[in-house]
Amino acid sequence: MADEGMTPWKDLALGCAMPEPGSSRRFNTGDWRSRRRPITDREKCIKCGLCWIICPDMAYTPDPKAEGYYNWDGYYCKGCGICVEECPKQAISWQEEKEEDKYGPACGA
Amino acid sequence: MGRRVGLEVSLACAEAVKLCNADVIAAYPITPQTHIVEHLSELVADGHLDAEFVPVESEHSAMSACVGSAAAGARTFTSTSSQGLALMHEILFIASSLRLPIVMAVANRSLSAPISIWNDHSDIMAERDIGWIQTFAENGQEVLDLTIHAFKVAEDSRVNLPVAVNLDGFILTHVIEPMEMPEQVEVDAYLPAYKPSQWLNPAKPISLGMVGMPEVYTEAKKANLEALEGSYPVIKEHWQGFAKAFGRSYQPIETYRSDDADTLFVTMGSLGETCMSAVDQMREDGRSVGQVRIRLWRPFPVDDFLAAIKGAKNLIVIDRALSPGVPAGPVATELRALLYAKGVKPFVANYVAGLGGRDVTRTDFAAMLEETERAAASGQAITCQMVGVKE
Repeated sequence: MADEGMTPWKDLALGCAMPEPGSSRRFNTGDWRSRRRPITDREKCIKCGLCWIICPDMAYTPDPKAEGYYNWDGYYCKGCGICVEECPKQAISWQEEKEEDKYGPACGA
Repeated sequence: MGRRVGLEVSLACAEAVKLCNADVIAAYPITPQTHIVEHLSELVADGHLDAEFVPVESEHSAMSACVGSAAAGARTFTSTSSQGLALMHEILFIASSLRLPIVMAVANRSLSAPISIWNDHSDIMAERDIGWIQTFAENGQEVLDLTIHAFKVAEDSRVNLPVAVNLDGFILTHVIEPMEMPEQVEVDAYLPAYKPSQWLNPAKPISLGMVGMPEVYTEAKKANLEALEGSYPVIKEHWQGFAKAFGRSYQPIETYRSDDADTLFVTMGSLGETCMSAVDQMREDGRSVGQVRIRLWRPFPVDDFLAAIKGAKNLIVIDRALSPGVPAGPVATELRALLYAKGVKPFVANYVAGLGGRDVTRTDFAAMLEETERAAASGQAITCQMVGVKE
Protein backbone atom coordinates (compact mmCIF):
# COMPACT_ATOMS: atom_id res chain seq x y z
CA MET A 1 0.00 0.00 0.00
CA ALA A 2 1.38 3.41 -0.96
CA ASP A 3 1.84 5.41 2.20
CA GLU A 4 0.88 8.71 0.64
CA GLY A 5 -1.51 10.56 2.93
CA MET A 6 -1.03 8.09 5.78
CA THR A 7 -0.53 9.37 9.31
CA PRO A 8 2.33 8.07 11.47
CA TRP A 9 0.91 6.41 14.61
CA LYS A 10 2.56 8.95 16.90
CA ASP A 11 0.71 11.77 15.13
CA LEU A 12 -2.76 10.32 15.65
CA ALA A 13 -4.96 12.17 18.15
CA LEU A 14 -5.65 10.47 21.49
CA GLY A 15 -7.93 7.48 20.92
CA CYS A 16 -7.81 8.14 17.16
CA ALA A 17 -10.18 11.07 17.74
CA MET A 18 -11.00 13.57 15.00
CA PRO A 19 -9.91 16.75 16.75
CA GLU A 20 -11.92 19.17 14.58
CA PRO A 21 -15.60 19.49 13.71
CA GLY A 22 -17.16 19.10 10.27
CA SER A 23 -14.41 16.98 8.75
CA SER A 24 -16.96 14.96 6.75
CA ARG A 25 -17.31 17.99 4.46
CA ARG A 26 -13.98 16.94 2.98
CA PHE A 27 -15.24 13.50 1.93
CA ASN A 28 -16.34 13.51 -1.67
CA THR A 29 -18.67 10.52 -1.38
CA GLY A 30 -19.98 11.42 -4.85
CA ASP A 31 -17.04 9.58 -6.35
CA TRP A 32 -18.64 6.31 -5.21
CA ARG A 33 -21.21 6.68 -8.02
CA SER A 34 -20.82 4.26 -10.87
CA ARG A 35 -21.52 5.51 -14.39
CA ARG A 36 -24.91 7.13 -13.72
CA ARG A 37 -26.54 9.96 -11.83
CA PRO A 38 -30.20 10.75 -10.94
CA ILE A 39 -31.75 13.60 -12.94
CA THR A 40 -35.04 15.31 -12.02
CA ASP A 41 -37.47 16.33 -14.76
CA ARG A 42 -39.09 19.45 -13.32
CA GLU A 43 -41.94 19.18 -15.81
CA LYS A 44 -43.06 16.00 -14.05
CA CYS A 45 -42.05 17.10 -10.50
CA ILE A 46 -45.02 17.88 -8.17
CA LYS A 47 -42.80 19.41 -5.44
CA CYS A 48 -43.70 16.71 -2.90
CA GLY A 49 -40.17 16.80 -1.45
CA LEU A 50 -39.95 13.03 -1.05
CA CYS A 51 -36.48 12.94 -2.66
CA TRP A 52 -35.29 15.50 -0.12
CA ILE A 53 -36.79 13.52 2.78
CA ILE A 54 -35.62 10.04 1.86
CA CYS A 55 -32.15 10.72 0.48
CA PRO A 56 -29.85 8.93 2.97
CA ASP A 57 -27.00 11.32 2.25
CA MET A 58 -28.87 14.65 2.14
CA ALA A 59 -27.82 15.09 -1.49
CA TYR A 60 -31.05 17.03 -2.22
CA THR A 61 -31.50 20.55 -0.84
CA PRO A 62 -34.27 23.12 -1.43
CA ASP A 63 -33.62 25.24 -4.53
CA PRO A 64 -33.36 28.83 -3.26
CA LYS A 65 -34.24 30.14 -6.73
CA ALA A 66 -37.30 27.99 -7.45
CA GLU A 67 -39.51 27.34 -4.45
CA GLY A 68 -40.66 23.73 -3.98
CA TYR A 69 -37.98 22.24 -6.20
CA TYR A 70 -34.82 20.55 -5.01
CA ASN A 71 -31.23 20.71 -6.19
CA TRP A 72 -29.08 17.62 -6.47
CA ASP A 73 -25.54 17.63 -5.06
CA GLY A 74 -23.18 15.42 -7.01
CA TYR A 75 -20.43 15.90 -4.42
CA TYR A 76 -22.34 13.74 -1.93
CA CYS A 77 -24.77 11.62 -4.04
CA LYS A 78 -23.50 8.01 -3.96
CA GLY A 79 -25.93 6.95 -6.67
CA CYS A 80 -27.97 4.59 -4.50
CA GLY A 81 -31.10 5.31 -6.56
CA ILE A 82 -33.61 5.41 -3.71
CA CYS A 83 -34.93 8.73 -5.09
CA VAL A 84 -35.36 7.19 -8.54
CA GLU A 85 -37.22 4.26 -7.03
CA GLU A 86 -39.47 6.28 -4.71
CA CYS A 87 -40.42 9.35 -6.77
CA PRO A 88 -44.26 9.03 -7.05
CA LYS A 89 -44.28 10.64 -10.52
CA GLN A 90 -41.22 8.89 -11.96
CA ALA A 91 -39.75 12.37 -12.37
CA ILE A 92 -36.25 11.18 -11.44
CA SER A 93 -34.41 8.97 -13.88
CA TRP A 94 -30.89 7.77 -14.47
CA GLN A 95 -28.57 9.53 -16.83
CA GLU A 96 -25.34 8.06 -18.08
CA GLU A 97 -22.33 9.74 -16.54
CA LYS A 98 -18.71 9.60 -17.65
CA GLU A 99 -16.06 9.10 -14.96
CA GLU A 100 -14.55 12.51 -15.77
CA ASP A 101 -17.93 14.20 -15.34
CA LYS A 102 -18.41 12.98 -11.78
CA TYR A 103 -16.89 16.10 -10.38
CA GLY A 104 -18.85 18.39 -12.71
CA PRO A 105 -21.49 20.95 -11.72
CA ALA A 106 -22.93 20.08 -8.33
CA CYS A 107 -26.45 20.96 -9.42
CA GLY A 108 -27.73 18.60 -12.05
CA ALA A 109 -31.42 19.45 -11.77
CA MET B 1 -3.64 7.95 59.06
CA GLY B 2 -6.76 6.03 58.18
CA ARG B 3 -9.19 4.30 60.50
CA ARG B 4 -9.07 0.60 61.28
CA VAL B 5 -12.42 -0.89 60.27
CA GLY B 6 -14.05 -4.27 59.84
CA LEU B 7 -15.93 -4.26 56.56
CA GLU B 8 -17.25 -6.57 53.88
CA VAL B 9 -14.81 -6.32 50.99
CA SER B 10 -17.55 -5.36 48.48
CA LEU B 11 -18.54 -2.45 50.71
CA ALA B 12 -14.90 -1.44 51.05
CA CYS B 13 -14.64 -1.36 47.26
CA ALA B 14 -17.72 0.90 47.10
CA GLU B 15 -16.32 3.10 49.88
CA ALA B 16 -13.09 3.44 47.88
CA VAL B 17 -15.10 4.66 44.88
CA LYS B 18 -16.82 7.16 47.18
CA LEU B 19 -13.46 8.35 48.53
CA CYS B 20 -12.39 8.82 44.90
CA ASN B 21 -15.44 11.03 44.28
CA ALA B 22 -16.63 9.20 41.18
CA ASP B 23 -18.97 11.30 39.02
CA VAL B 24 -20.84 8.53 37.24
CA ILE B 25 -21.53 4.89 38.09
CA ALA B 26 -23.37 2.81 35.49
CA ALA B 27 -23.87 -0.78 36.52
CA TYR B 28 -26.11 -3.81 36.38
CA PRO B 29 -26.24 -6.14 39.40
CA ILE B 30 -24.83 -9.66 39.12
CA THR B 31 -23.69 -12.10 41.76
CA PRO B 32 -21.11 -11.84 43.32
CA GLN B 33 -20.59 -8.18 42.38
CA THR B 34 -24.01 -7.09 43.67
CA HIS B 35 -22.99 -5.65 47.03
CA ILE B 36 -20.50 -3.30 45.40
CA VAL B 37 -23.05 -1.52 43.21
CA GLU B 38 -25.86 -1.91 45.75
CA HIS B 39 -23.80 0.00 48.30
CA LEU B 40 -22.81 2.64 45.74
CA SER B 41 -26.47 3.07 44.85
CA GLU B 42 -27.23 3.64 48.55
CA LEU B 43 -24.36 6.10 48.93
CA VAL B 44 -25.69 8.12 45.98
CA ALA B 45 -29.37 7.89 47.07
CA ASP B 46 -28.51 8.94 50.63
CA GLY B 47 -26.50 11.92 49.45
CA HIS B 48 -23.12 10.64 50.66
CA LEU B 49 -21.71 10.57 47.13
CA ASP B 50 -22.50 13.33 44.64
CA ALA B 51 -22.68 11.15 41.54
CA GLU B 52 -25.06 9.97 38.84
CA PHE B 53 -25.99 6.34 39.38
CA VAL B 54 -27.28 4.96 36.07
CA PRO B 55 -29.30 1.76 36.64
CA VAL B 56 -28.95 0.30 33.15
CA GLU B 57 -30.77 -2.70 31.66
CA SER B 58 -27.71 -4.85 30.93
CA GLU B 59 -23.94 -4.96 31.23
CA HIS B 60 -23.65 -4.13 27.54
CA SER B 61 -25.49 -0.91 28.35
CA ALA B 62 -23.44 -0.41 31.53
CA MET B 63 -20.16 -0.34 29.64
CA SER B 64 -21.73 1.72 26.83
CA ALA B 65 -22.94 4.29 29.36
CA CYS B 66 -19.46 4.30 30.92
CA VAL B 67 -17.91 4.98 27.51
CA GLY B 68 -20.24 7.95 27.05
CA SER B 69 -19.66 9.20 30.56
CA ALA B 70 -15.87 8.97 30.36
CA ALA B 71 -15.92 10.58 26.91
CA ALA B 72 -17.81 13.48 28.50
CA GLY B 73 -14.95 13.88 30.97
CA ALA B 74 -16.56 12.33 34.05
CA ARG B 75 -14.78 10.13 36.58
CA THR B 76 -16.48 6.82 35.81
CA PHE B 77 -16.84 3.52 37.64
CA THR B 78 -18.58 0.23 37.02
CA SER B 79 -18.39 -3.29 38.31
CA THR B 80 -19.44 -6.68 36.98
CA SER B 81 -18.75 -10.38 36.97
CA SER B 82 -18.83 -13.52 34.81
CA GLN B 83 -21.67 -13.43 32.23
CA GLY B 84 -21.91 -9.69 32.81
CA LEU B 85 -18.29 -9.17 31.79
CA ALA B 86 -18.88 -11.44 28.79
CA LEU B 87 -21.88 -9.32 27.78
CA MET B 88 -19.68 -6.20 27.94
CA HIS B 89 -17.12 -7.83 25.66
CA GLU B 90 -17.35 -5.71 22.49
CA ILE B 91 -17.55 -2.41 24.38
CA LEU B 92 -14.49 -3.23 26.50
CA PHE B 93 -12.30 -2.92 23.39
CA ILE B 94 -13.92 0.40 22.51
CA ALA B 95 -13.24 1.81 25.98
CA SER B 96 -9.51 1.13 25.73
CA SER B 97 -9.21 2.05 22.05
CA LEU B 98 -10.85 5.43 22.66
CA ARG B 99 -8.47 5.84 25.63
CA LEU B 100 -11.21 6.31 28.22
CA PRO B 101 -10.09 6.03 31.86
CA ILE B 102 -12.96 3.92 33.21
CA VAL B 103 -12.34 1.96 36.42
CA MET B 104 -14.06 -1.41 36.79
CA ALA B 105 -14.05 -3.88 39.65
CA VAL B 106 -14.43 -7.43 38.34
CA ALA B 107 -15.73 -9.87 40.95
CA ASN B 108 -14.19 -12.93 39.30
CA ARG B 109 -16.63 -15.77 38.71
CA SER B 110 -16.84 -18.81 36.46
CA LEU B 111 -18.76 -18.84 33.18
CA SER B 112 -21.77 -21.03 32.39
CA ALA B 113 -22.53 -23.89 31.68
CA PRO B 114 -23.24 -25.38 34.12
CA ILE B 115 -24.44 -22.21 35.79
CA SER B 116 -22.04 -21.34 38.57
CA ILE B 117 -22.00 -18.20 40.66
CA TRP B 118 -18.71 -19.19 42.31
CA ASN B 119 -15.18 -18.08 41.85
CA ASP B 120 -12.60 -18.74 39.22
CA HIS B 121 -10.84 -16.60 36.60
CA SER B 122 -12.70 -17.77 33.46
CA ASP B 123 -14.39 -14.40 33.05
CA ILE B 124 -11.30 -12.18 32.98
CA MET B 125 -9.11 -14.72 31.17
CA ALA B 126 -11.57 -14.53 28.28
CA GLU B 127 -10.95 -10.76 28.27
CA ARG B 128 -7.16 -10.80 28.30
CA ASP B 129 -6.84 -8.90 25.03
CA ILE B 130 -9.20 -5.98 25.70
CA GLY B 131 -6.32 -3.52 26.06
CA TRP B 132 -7.16 -2.61 29.66
CA ILE B 133 -4.71 -2.37 32.53
CA GLN B 134 -5.53 -5.34 34.78
CA THR B 135 -4.57 -5.87 38.41
CA PHE B 136 -5.38 -8.68 40.85
CA ALA B 137 -6.13 -8.25 44.55
CA GLU B 138 -5.39 -10.85 47.16
CA ASN B 139 -7.38 -9.50 50.13
CA GLY B 140 -9.78 -6.74 51.14
CA GLN B 141 -7.17 -4.11 51.84
CA GLU B 142 -5.72 -4.66 48.40
CA VAL B 143 -9.14 -4.26 46.79
CA LEU B 144 -9.56 -0.92 48.52
CA ASP B 145 -6.04 0.25 47.68
CA LEU B 146 -6.00 -1.00 44.08
CA THR B 147 -9.33 0.75 43.40
CA ILE B 148 -7.91 4.10 44.49
CA HIS B 149 -4.69 3.41 42.57
CA ALA B 150 -6.74 2.46 39.48
CA PHE B 151 -8.28 5.94 39.18
CA LYS B 152 -4.88 7.55 39.67
CA VAL B 153 -3.31 5.50 36.87
CA ALA B 154 -6.26 5.53 34.47
CA GLU B 155 -6.63 9.31 34.52
CA ASP B 156 -2.92 10.11 34.29
CA SER B 157 -2.47 12.09 31.07
CA ARG B 158 0.44 9.77 30.17
CA VAL B 159 -1.94 6.78 30.35
CA ASN B 160 -5.62 7.51 29.57
CA LEU B 161 -6.62 3.85 29.72
CA PRO B 162 -9.30 1.89 31.54
CA VAL B 163 -8.30 -0.25 34.52
CA ALA B 164 -9.88 -3.51 35.72
CA VAL B 165 -9.33 -4.42 39.36
CA ASN B 166 -9.90 -8.15 39.85
CA LEU B 167 -11.17 -9.54 43.12
CA ASP B 168 -12.22 -13.13 43.64
CA GLY B 169 -15.97 -13.60 43.90
CA PHE B 170 -17.24 -14.61 47.36
CA ILE B 171 -13.74 -15.48 48.62
CA LEU B 172 -13.15 -11.72 48.74
CA THR B 173 -16.42 -9.99 47.85
CA HIS B 174 -18.50 -11.52 50.63
CA VAL B 175 -15.94 -11.71 53.40
CA ILE B 176 -15.66 -9.23 56.25
CA GLU B 177 -12.04 -8.29 56.77
CA PRO B 178 -10.13 -5.86 58.97
CA MET B 179 -8.66 -3.07 56.90
CA GLU B 180 -7.41 0.45 57.07
CA MET B 181 -9.83 2.96 55.55
CA PRO B 182 -8.02 6.11 54.38
CA GLU B 183 -9.33 9.55 55.33
CA GLN B 184 -10.98 11.69 52.66
CA VAL B 185 -8.25 14.35 52.86
CA GLU B 186 -5.59 11.70 52.24
CA VAL B 187 -7.36 10.40 49.13
CA ASP B 188 -8.02 13.95 47.89
CA ALA B 189 -4.31 14.71 48.18
CA TYR B 190 -3.37 11.51 46.31
CA LEU B 191 -6.11 11.77 43.70
CA PRO B 192 -6.98 15.36 42.74
CA ALA B 193 -10.01 16.22 40.62
CA TYR B 194 -9.95 14.62 37.18
CA LYS B 195 -8.62 16.81 34.38
CA PRO B 196 -9.41 14.98 31.14
CA SER B 197 -6.93 15.22 28.27
CA GLN B 198 -9.85 15.63 25.85
CA TRP B 199 -13.60 15.31 26.15
CA LEU B 200 -16.82 15.82 24.22
CA ASN B 201 -16.99 19.56 24.63
CA PRO B 202 -19.51 21.55 22.54
CA ALA B 203 -17.19 24.57 22.69
CA LYS B 204 -14.36 22.58 21.10
CA PRO B 205 -15.97 19.75 19.14
CA ILE B 206 -14.17 16.48 18.51
CA SER B 207 -15.43 13.15 17.15
CA LEU B 208 -14.73 9.83 18.86
CA GLY B 209 -15.24 6.30 17.60
CA MET B 210 -15.23 6.84 13.87
CA VAL B 211 -14.45 4.49 11.02
CA GLY B 212 -10.76 3.63 10.66
CA MET B 213 -9.97 2.82 7.05
CA PRO B 214 -7.16 0.34 6.27
CA GLU B 215 -4.84 3.35 5.94
CA VAL B 216 -5.18 4.17 9.66
CA TYR B 217 -6.37 1.08 11.59
CA THR B 218 -2.91 -0.44 12.00
CA GLU B 219 -1.51 2.88 13.23
CA ALA B 220 -4.43 3.25 15.66
CA LYS B 221 -3.71 -0.22 17.08
CA LYS B 222 0.01 0.54 17.30
CA ALA B 223 -0.83 3.64 19.33
CA ASN B 224 -3.04 1.54 21.67
CA LEU B 225 -0.29 -1.04 22.10
CA GLU B 226 2.30 1.59 22.93
CA ALA B 227 -0.11 3.26 25.35
CA LEU B 228 -0.61 0.03 27.30
CA GLU B 229 3.11 -0.79 27.34
CA GLY B 230 3.85 2.81 28.24
CA SER B 231 1.54 2.70 31.24
CA TYR B 232 3.92 0.36 33.08
CA PRO B 233 6.28 2.99 34.59
CA VAL B 234 3.29 5.16 35.53
CA ILE B 235 1.60 2.23 37.30
CA LYS B 236 4.79 1.68 39.30
CA GLU B 237 5.23 5.39 39.98
CA HIS B 238 1.71 5.65 41.41
CA TRP B 239 2.25 2.58 43.60
CA GLN B 240 5.32 4.34 44.96
CA GLY B 241 3.22 7.46 45.55
CA PHE B 242 0.59 5.29 47.20
CA ALA B 243 3.19 3.87 49.58
CA LYS B 244 4.24 7.39 50.55
CA ALA B 245 0.66 8.57 51.02
CA PHE B 246 -0.85 5.53 52.73
CA GLY B 247 2.08 3.43 53.94
CA ARG B 248 1.26 0.28 51.96
CA SER B 249 3.49 -0.69 49.08
CA TYR B 250 2.69 -2.71 45.98
CA GLN B 251 4.77 -4.22 43.18
CA PRO B 252 3.84 -5.57 39.73
CA ILE B 253 5.23 -8.97 40.80
CA GLU B 254 5.46 -9.82 44.48
CA THR B 255 7.36 -12.63 46.12
CA TYR B 256 7.11 -14.59 49.35
CA ARG B 257 10.01 -16.57 50.79
CA SER B 258 11.28 -16.95 47.23
CA ASP B 259 14.97 -16.31 47.93
CA ASP B 260 17.03 -19.40 47.11
CA ALA B 261 13.86 -21.47 46.68
CA ASP B 262 14.23 -24.38 44.25
CA THR B 263 10.51 -24.41 43.51
CA LEU B 264 8.20 -21.41 43.18
CA PHE B 265 4.41 -21.38 43.11
CA VAL B 266 3.01 -18.75 40.72
CA THR B 267 -0.44 -17.51 41.76
CA MET B 268 -2.92 -14.72 41.05
CA GLY B 269 -5.63 -13.35 43.31
CA SER B 270 -6.81 -14.68 46.65
CA LEU B 271 -5.28 -18.12 46.08
CA GLY B 272 -2.00 -16.41 46.97
CA GLU B 273 -2.92 -16.17 50.65
CA THR B 274 -3.63 -19.88 50.97
CA CYS B 275 -0.42 -20.50 49.10
CA MET B 276 1.56 -18.33 51.54
CA SER B 277 0.24 -20.39 54.41
CA ALA B 278 1.12 -23.58 52.54
CA VAL B 279 4.63 -22.27 51.80
CA ASP B 280 5.13 -21.56 55.52
CA GLN B 281 4.18 -25.15 56.34
CA MET B 282 6.41 -26.59 53.60
CA ARG B 283 9.33 -24.39 54.72
CA GLU B 284 8.85 -25.73 58.25
CA ASP B 285 9.04 -29.21 56.75
CA GLY B 286 12.38 -28.24 55.25
CA ARG B 287 11.27 -27.86 51.64
CA SER B 288 12.98 -25.33 49.39
CA VAL B 289 9.84 -23.55 48.22
CA GLY B 290 8.55 -20.00 47.77
CA GLN B 291 5.91 -18.03 45.97
CA VAL B 292 5.57 -15.49 43.16
CA ARG B 293 2.33 -13.48 42.87
CA ILE B 294 1.25 -11.73 39.72
CA ARG B 295 -0.39 -8.48 40.78
CA LEU B 296 -0.12 -6.66 37.44
CA TRP B 297 -1.47 -8.90 34.67
CA ARG B 298 -1.72 -6.26 31.91
CA PRO B 299 0.65 -4.86 30.84
CA PHE B 300 2.56 -8.00 31.83
CA PRO B 301 5.67 -7.04 33.83
CA VAL B 302 8.15 -9.24 31.96
CA ASP B 303 11.38 -8.06 33.60
CA ASP B 304 9.91 -8.12 37.11
CA PHE B 305 8.74 -11.68 36.55
CA LEU B 306 12.12 -12.82 35.24
CA ALA B 307 13.86 -11.19 38.21
CA ALA B 308 11.43 -12.85 40.64
CA ILE B 309 12.00 -16.38 39.31
CA LYS B 310 15.75 -16.02 38.76
CA GLY B 311 17.55 -19.15 39.92
CA ALA B 312 14.42 -21.24 40.48
CA LYS B 313 14.59 -24.79 39.15
CA ASN B 314 10.86 -25.46 39.07
CA LEU B 315 7.80 -23.27 38.62
CA ILE B 316 4.34 -24.44 39.59
CA VAL B 317 1.98 -22.20 37.67
CA ILE B 318 -1.59 -22.36 38.92
CA ASP B 319 -4.32 -21.40 36.50
CA ARG B 320 -7.81 -20.70 37.70
CA ALA B 321 -9.28 -20.99 34.21
CA LEU B 322 -9.07 -23.28 31.22
CA SER B 323 -7.99 -22.53 27.69
CA PRO B 324 -9.66 -25.48 25.96
CA GLY B 325 -7.73 -26.96 23.07
CA VAL B 326 -4.41 -25.50 24.23
CA PRO B 327 -2.11 -27.76 26.25
CA ALA B 328 -1.90 -25.37 29.23
CA GLY B 329 -4.00 -22.86 31.14
CA PRO B 330 -3.88 -19.22 29.99
CA VAL B 331 -1.30 -18.05 32.55
CA ALA B 332 1.04 -20.99 31.97
CA THR B 333 0.73 -20.63 28.19
CA GLU B 334 1.87 -17.02 28.41
CA LEU B 335 4.64 -17.64 30.92
CA ARG B 336 6.06 -20.54 28.92
CA ALA B 337 6.10 -18.40 25.77
CA LEU B 338 7.80 -15.61 27.66
CA LEU B 339 10.42 -17.91 29.22
CA TYR B 340 11.15 -19.54 25.86
CA ALA B 341 11.65 -16.13 24.23
CA LYS B 342 14.05 -15.12 27.02
CA GLY B 343 15.94 -18.41 26.97
CA VAL B 344 15.13 -19.13 30.63
CA LYS B 345 14.27 -22.79 31.14
CA PRO B 346 12.98 -23.83 34.54
CA PHE B 347 10.74 -26.91 34.73
CA VAL B 348 7.22 -25.48 34.41
CA ALA B 349 4.41 -27.53 35.91
CA ASN B 350 0.92 -26.26 35.23
CA TYR B 351 -2.12 -27.00 37.35
CA VAL B 352 -5.70 -25.84 36.92
CA ALA B 353 -7.25 -25.44 40.34
CA GLY B 354 -10.21 -23.81 42.03
CA LEU B 355 -12.66 -23.93 39.14
CA GLY B 356 -16.24 -22.84 39.85
CA GLY B 357 -15.66 -22.29 43.56
CA ARG B 358 -13.77 -25.53 44.31
CA ASP B 359 -11.61 -24.94 47.39
CA VAL B 360 -7.84 -25.19 47.03
CA THR B 361 -6.26 -26.23 50.31
CA ARG B 362 -2.77 -26.31 51.81
CA THR B 363 -2.80 -30.06 51.26
CA ASP B 364 -3.37 -29.48 47.53
CA PHE B 365 -0.29 -27.25 47.36
CA ALA B 366 1.79 -29.88 49.16
CA ALA B 367 0.61 -32.54 46.71
CA MET B 368 1.49 -30.29 43.75
CA LEU B 369 5.00 -29.84 45.13
CA GLU B 370 5.51 -33.58 45.62
CA GLU B 371 4.31 -34.40 42.13
CA THR B 372 6.29 -31.58 40.51
CA GLU B 373 9.55 -32.59 42.16
CA ARG B 374 9.05 -36.18 41.04
CA ALA B 375 8.14 -35.10 37.50
CA ALA B 376 11.08 -32.69 37.26
CA ALA B 377 13.45 -35.47 38.25
CA SER B 378 12.02 -37.90 35.72
CA GLY B 379 11.42 -35.32 32.98
CA GLN B 380 7.72 -36.06 32.83
CA ALA B 381 5.50 -33.11 31.78
CA ILE B 382 2.74 -31.71 33.96
CA THR B 383 0.42 -29.41 32.12
CA CYS B 384 -3.16 -28.31 32.43
CA GLN B 385 -3.50 -30.89 35.19
CA MET B 386 -6.82 -30.44 37.00
CA VAL B 387 -6.46 -30.50 40.76
CA GLY B 388 -8.90 -32.68 42.67
CA VAL B 389 -10.87 -33.89 39.66
CA LYS B 390 -12.99 -36.91 40.62
CA GLU B 391 -12.18 -39.75 38.25
